[in-house]
Amino acid sequence: MYTQALNAGPEAAERTIEDAAILARFQERIDAEERIEPNDFMPAAYRKTLIRQISQHAHSEIVGMLPEGNWITRAPSLRRKAALLAKVQDECGHGLYLYAAAETLGVSREELIDQLLSGKAKYSSIFNYPTLSWADIGAIGWLVDGAAIMNQIPLCRCSYGPYARAMIRVCKEESFHQRQGYEIMLALVRGSEAQREMAQDALNRWWWPCLMMFGPPDADSRHSEASTRWKIKRFSNDELRQKFVDATVPQARYLGLTIPDPDLRFNEETGHWDYGAIDWEEFRQVIAGNGPCNADRMAARRKAHEDGAWVREAACAHAAKSRVRAAA
Amino acid sequence: MAAAEIPLWEVFIRSRNGLSHKHVGSLHAPDATLALQAARDLYTRRGEGLSIWVVPSHAITASDPADKGMMFEPTASKIYRHPTFYEVPEEVGHM
Repeated sequence: MYTQALNAGPEAAERTIEDAAILARFQERIDAEERIEPNDFMPAAYRKTLIRQISQHAHSEIVGMLPEGNWITRAPSLRRKAALLAKVQDECGHGLYLYAAAETLGVSREELIDQLLSGKAKYSSIFNYPTLSWADIGAIGWLVDGAAIMNQIPLCRCSYGPYARAMIRVCKEESFHQRQGYEIMLALVRGSEAQREMAQDALNRWWWPCLMMFGPPDADSRHSEASTRWKIKRFSNDELRQKFVDATVPQARYLGLTIPDPDLRFNEETGHWDYGAIDWEEFRQVIAGNGPCNADRMAARRKAHEDGAWVREAACAHAAKSRVRAAA
Repeated sequence: MAAAEIPLWEVFIRSRNGLSHKHVGSLHAPDATLALQAARDLYTRRGEGLSIWVVPSHAITASDPADKGMMFEPTASKIYRHPTFYEVPEEVGHM
């Protein structure tokens, strides 16, 4: 569903030991919009940045199944249930495409899973918020997937081939997610007063965390320069956030819902919607592990991994036995 | 085989009748049967395919990007391999 701009800056020391001419040649390839493929030369810092970004993105997809999975058994109709199941299955698929892309950089699946389960790896802050009502499923599809699409479309042109290709698949599937979310919101605002209030309450709770999904403001984003030069990142965090706000305000109006930001107003000069101050302390707290659901999410992932261990072991034992039989 | 060593497979899908199989991605699975089932779930959720191949990744031999020049450069100079190299009078018509 989403990667957040959390990567630390590339280590300067690693860059100095590589030959300047080779590095220059690499940058020429990037500048010429060539795609870098797994066995091509790449600077160590480029590799490291990508492993971190792609794996965080993969972890986000996997953890992202939890808030929505919470409502599968309580979906209000069979139609909604089937759609939600398909969406959650897609998120799993997105995680798996991304893990495979990260593995092409020389890291193993087991290491990546271990980094997530040990708490070493980060994932998008948005999934540490609870889904308290059915309207939250609408809000997630509309806003969280909407924000994800803003971020992921430019990643389809990322300089690293396997990541770009994975993102093309993901983006094709993501559009259904956003539309099904908006449709849920639409049904609620056209329903009873209580349902309309439920939709407004969901927007109130998800709006600000969604703006935080784009990562820290450009002024505080220390890693952007290298990622931009390497064409991993094509728009800054603030640019993407602004695009999201501009796209979402009219959609909220159509629903007749109010965006919970008293400072939100259209700026005639810039042609954009100006929005109020984001609570970055909340963002830092959630990233640091102190969000409302961080502990629950990690516990659920660990339990799923441990509970599934016997299945993996049995499948491997069966495969080994079959090989022996075939050889005999 | 420990669960920590679940092998990697490359997945190829024939998207339509008459087209060749095309590489779509990779996945981990203990054996070919499970690899096929996982490929179906992972890469054909929206009618993307009519046929799936799964190949153990280690069975693929790839050319080295460092040999790109040696492997592919020589063809660049062989323009006589292309039809446009040959002159045929216009009166002859399309050939």
